[in-house]
Amino acid sequence: MTKKPAPTKKAEVAGYNARQAPINAKLGNDELIALYRDMVRIRRFEERCLRSYQQGKIGGFLHLYIGQESIAVGVVSVMGKNDHVITAYRDHGHALAVGMGMNEMMAENYGKYTGCSKGKGGSMHYFDPSRNFWGGHGIVGGQIPLGTGLAYALKYKGLKGCALAFMGDGAVNQGAVHESYNLAALWSLPVIFVIENNGYSMGTSQERSSAGPSLAQRAEGYGMNWDIIENGHDVLEVRDKVAAAIKLAHEKSLPSVLEIRTYRYRGHSVADPDTTYRDKKEIEEYKATKDPLMFCQNQLLGEKVLTDELIAKIDEAARAEAETSAQFAEASPFPTVEDIQKDVYWEADNPADRKSQGTLFFN
Amino acid sequence: MPVISYREALRAAMSEEIERDPNVVLMGEEVAQFNGAYKISEGMLEKYGPKRIVDTPISEAGFIGMGVGAAMLGLRPVMELMFFSFYSVAFDQIFNNAANIRYMSGGLINCPIVLRGPANGGTNVGATHSHTPESIAAYHPGIKVVVPSNAYDAKGLMKSAIRDNDPVMFMENTILYGETMEVPDGEYLVPLGKASVLREGKDLSIIGHGRAIQMALKSADLLKEKHNISAEVIDLRSIRPLDEETILNSVKKTNRALYVEESKPFCSVGAMVAAIISDKAFDYLDAPVKRLNSIDAPAIYSMPLEKLQLPSVDRIYQAALETLK
Repeated sequence: MTKKPAPTKKAEVAGYNARQAPINAKLGNDELIALYRDMVRIRRFEERCLRSYQQGKIGGFLHLYIGQESIAVGVVSVMGKNDHVITAYRDHGHALAVGMGMNEMMAENYGKYTGCSKGKGGSMHYFDPSRNFWGGHGIVGGQIPLGTGLAYALKYKGLKGCALAFMGDGAVNQGAVHESYNLAALWSLPVIFVIENNGYSMGTSQERSSAGPSLAQRAEGYGMNWDIIENGHDVLEVRDKVAAAIKLAHEKSLPSVLEIRTYRYRGHSVADPDTTYRDKKEIEEYKATKDPLMFCQNQLLGEKVLTDELIAKIDEAARAEAETSAQFAEASPFPTVEDIQKDVYWEADNPADRKSQGTLFFN
Repeated sequence: MPVISYREALRAAMSEEIERDPNVVLMGEEVAQFNGAYKISEGMLEKYGPKRIVDTPISEAGFIGMGVGAAMLGLRPVMELMFFSFYSVAFDQIFNNAANIRYMSGGLINCPIVLRGPANGGTNVGATHSHTPESIAAYHPGIKVVVPSNAYDAKGLMKSAIRDNDPVMFMENTILYGETMEVPDGEYLVPLGKASVLREGKDLSIIGHGRAIQMALKSADLLKEKHNISAEVIDLRSIRPLDEETILNSVKKTNRALYVEESKPFCSVGAMVAAIISDKAFDYLDAPVKRLNSIDAPAIYSMPLEKLQLPSVDRIYQAALETLK
């Protein structure tokens, strides 16, 4: 990254160790392994997506999450029953973390009817409301008012839950984001705005796009709680800090802005050139020192929670799962021409319950 | 039957639905403590409390997007735009999010939201506050568009719109807010997509929506008085869904059609209706379908000129005569 990152709000308590934080100290081996496995599954899935994209099986854009896996996995692992997630177009990691299946996701990328949105959304637009996952949104920052609305509805219904509204560092300059900050703070809505700061909004570095000392600190203007998670590559630190914000949302119905420092290895979308705005060395250095999978692996190897054998097994299983999803997608049918006009209006899809009359479609 | 205003009809519809369904909430700028910029929600805060009647900051993209998110999770927000013209501030939230969410989720998510407010010129507020975006809204599959021209329809359509599981853009008119008529007490619904034949006739079909179609009734009087021409007057009430059947049946009977509306002519509702008529009733036409819109320019401020720019009884009357030439 070209800019020296601003420090976190609070100087870390000397000797802070995410592993020793209560929420992590209590984790059993199986739970630790599950965190690692979920990150591996995201990476292998996306690597398989990339191959399919290069083969021309996946159209449009493909925004890979590789390098950022610790965030989606860490956040989702501390969510409760009434906590909801919404994110932007780099959504594969969040979707897998909430429990969506590789088959339906890969099929969606292939534009197949068996896809999670029946081939109508594509890679940027995954949804699974049954798992509290509300997308998958294509317009930078456009999902943030919706996330605020999820929190509004939770509070309205008296549910103890919160909305985790994810965005990238490029979204923070959108007006809709600031309007959402204001509404959330004004009405004490249980929403956590999670900025996954990978340093670049497409090809523009933070220093060339965003004023101010840090992105999260803008929350101060709204009197909102904020924090920066420096070590976004550490799934355990993500868990600890996000859990604190969730607690604030659940118990006091207060919003927060969390800026999580991270890095993406691939271009904004994989079709974008990746050499004009950053140095290869920068990517290599991050991979070598802060790769989320490697970081977790080393930690768990050191604790003898993981073994080389188990690592190989997890990797193999994730690759096989991803390969199977590609085969599933390949073998699945495309939607039909008739499907183009389904799922537009609830009433058109539920003719027995239709109350309106007249023409809804004009061809 | 009690005589009430368009304004009171809207208030009655929203009140009845708030009482009927705990998920209905009215939100917007000045709707609560101020009693509504146009007093549509007068007294509602006092009656229903701040949970159901919510003042928002001036922040259309934020609060409308928030309403869309809340609708996804099961609320039925009724969002007041103080002027419908401000929809453009929330364009992305309306047309990317509300309109597309059902489609892009493969039918997993609904968005039962109502966006309502006055969409009209004629009050000398200049171009920024005088937009009539019904065709822009109806252009978007996934969105429904309603434009009531009288109190009876306003109440019945509002109740239907609130119960609808799809997003509805409900365009009112400040000049009509004070217009009164007999409206039944209590429960009735006007379905979306059903046009209303305001007057039957045989020589010409005047079709339209909004305040212009109310003017057309007076133009029809003049046609009868001065030329013994019998004009049928049809108020679409709903733009999408659209009552094609009533339009086509009328044109097949009268063989001539004039569309009247306040919108600008380019890609207007009238342009769409003219295309439908020429596609489906061409052989019945004795003359080209005529359209009468506002004069094609941004809304002018100047008081006497704005009256001339908008449809008027006389302009509609003259257009009807041309259609009959």
